[in-house]
Parts: sequence; structure tokens; C-alpha cells
Amino acid sequence: MIRNNVIFKSILPALLAATALFSCSPSSEETTLPILGEREAIEKEVDGKTVTDTVYHQIPDFAFVNQDSQKVTNATLAGKIYVADFFFTSCPTICPKMKSQMLRIYEKYKDNPQVMLLSHTIDPKHDTVAVLKEYAERLNVETAKWQFVTGDKDSIYDVAMQYLVPAQEDQTIEGGFTHGGHFVLVDENRHIRGIYDGTKEEAVDKLLSEIPLLLKAQPHAKK
Amino acid sequence: MQKSRFVSGLIGAVALVSLTQCFTQKKNEGERLYAEHCQSCHLEDGKGLRGVIPPIAGADYLENHRNELPCLIRHGIEGSITVNGVEYNQKMPGVETMPEDDITNLLNYIQTNFGNQNRRYTLNEVQDLLNLCPPHQH
Repeated sequence: MIRNNVIFKSILPALLAATALFSCSPSSEETTLPILGEREAIEKEVDGKTVTDTVYHQIPDFAFVNQDSQKVTNATLAGKIYVADFFFTSCPTICPKMKSQMLRIYEKYKDNPQVMLLSHTIDPKHDTVAVLKEYAERLNVETAKWQFVTGDKDSIYDVAMQYLVPAQEDQTIEGGFTHGGHFVLVDENRHIRGIYDGTKEEAVDKLLSEIPLLLKAQPHAKK
Repeated sequence: MQKSRFVSGLIGAVALVSLTQCFTQKKNEGERLYAEHCQSCHLEDGKGLRGVIPPIAGADYLENHRNELPCLIRHGIEGSITVNGVEYNQKMPGVETMPEDDITNLLNYIQTNFGNQNRRYTLNEVQDLLNLCPPHQH
């Protein structure tokens, strides 16, 4: 028992330190971002041989309406990389912080048409097109760069799940909704390449430093 | 003898700890209240959200509407307001349950931080101003 304890005390910290080291070091040298989400190995036949192909999680087709009453679909974002998030305009908790951080991304990539922002309201009942329009106007942002979308409530909550962001209606909490403050970085093939805490400046610093990696990789990405 | 010395020492230590804690907490009371009730919207730096949530940092509103602020904290505000020449229209909820001394601490923190150098309130002043709150729906 005592022996066990010693092992526990001496090895565990070492293990933790090693893990920390390993998990830290690649990020400084890494030139490509991982593809997140569930993946499936699919066997298929090529030239009479069975090969295994990995199918990565991909954001499915979607169709919403933006602040200008225009339809926004996956085609609107085709060939772009984008940052997606979920919020609502009357949110009293994490949204102002998220939006102030999203503005940093907006300002940095204002002149780069390759990068777009996609904010989904999780309160479509209140956040009509007109409400989103006013919100975007007050933020003084361009629709072409930053799409605020609303739509069928179930579709929004379903797509949140696809972005791996928790979102739920909850009358018992302040504001009436619970949702993650995540910023999800999506590549031009609609693969998730990073998930960041949009309420933390340091996390958004990381996102800002990783967008260029994706931009660099994009021109050669498979369609 | 040994024991009683130990006990008195212990009592002294406890008293000292609770006293200092009391002081530190009082000193940081405004900051704590800001973090709890205001920060998620007006943000850590008091700059608010561009166009949507007005700033506290360097806001002319704090001086121009000084006498309305206690009521504003307690009952919230709805409708259009102008801060530093920019119009805002986002409902701010009040904190109906906040006691008068907390409102005073919070307002004094706001008036003297974020680059603001405005006049502080006394508790009496805040009490008087709260008695004059306009009719509100709650």
C-alpha cells in the first residue's frame, strides 16, 4: 500500500509533466490543424483491392436567413474558411464578451474575403431578421464578412450539435438559454479544425494565430 | 499555562485573520460587485460592446446622469440612451435586491476606475437619490 502510494506520488506528477510537455510542444511547430469530430473508417474497393478510407466529420448542408433577409447556405460559404458561433442578442451572460472577441477576428480579416464569420441565434423567436439587422448595424459590420443567421429553431439546435457546441433552451436560467461560448473554426471542406473558448481572450489569440495556418493550407485543399 | 498561551495566541490569530479579511473584502467590494453584476456585459475593461453596450470607461453619462445612477442600478434601464455621442438601445436589467451600501460601493468603484475620476457618493446621498426613483414597472 505504502509502495503504491510512493509510485502514485512520484510517477503521476512526472506523467502529468510529460503529458503537458507533449501536448504543448507540437503546437509551436505544427503547420496543419487537426480535423475534429468523429471519424469513420470506410472500406472500399479500388482496382480490385480493399482500401480503408477515413471519412471525417463534416458540417452537413444548411439553409438559414441572414440580417439582410438573404438565404445563407453552405454554398454561401463554399471555398471560404469561417468561424461559427451561437448566441442571442438579448443574452445577458457570455455573449457580449463573445461578440467583442469576434470583433477582433472581424477587424483582423476585414479585408480578406477568404475568411467569414457566421453567428447563429439560438433565440429565433426574438431574434428576427430585423433584430439581427439592427444588431449588425450597431456593431457596424458588413454582411459579406459577418453573417448573422436565424431560421427554424430545430435546424439551428441541430446544426449546433454538428459544430460540437452545446445549445439548449432553459427557462430556469438567466436569459432563458444555455449555450457554449465556443468559436468553431471550419475549413473550406466544412471540416472542424479548431474549437476555442470565445469568452477568453487567450483562446481567441490562439484562434487568430491558427487561421493563417489554415489559410496557407487552403489553396491545395481537396474539394 | 502553556495551554492558555496557546489558546490566546489562537484567538489572536483568528481575530487578525478575520479582521484583515474583513478589510480586504470591504476594499474590494465594488470590484466584486462589478464582476458579479456588470462585467459580463460592460466587460473587464469597462469598454462595453461596440455600438451595442455602452462603455463605462470614460463615459460622459456617469457625470451627466450622476443623480440617476443609483435608480438605474436598482431598477435597470430600457430605451435609447446616448453615451459619448453614440446612441445605444439595449435593455439593462436592474438588481432590485442590491442593498444601498452595495449600490454605493459599486457606483464609487465605477466612478473612480476604468480611467474615470468622478466624484464619489456617500451612503446618505445614495439613499436620498433612491427615494426619488421615478415610477417603474416591476
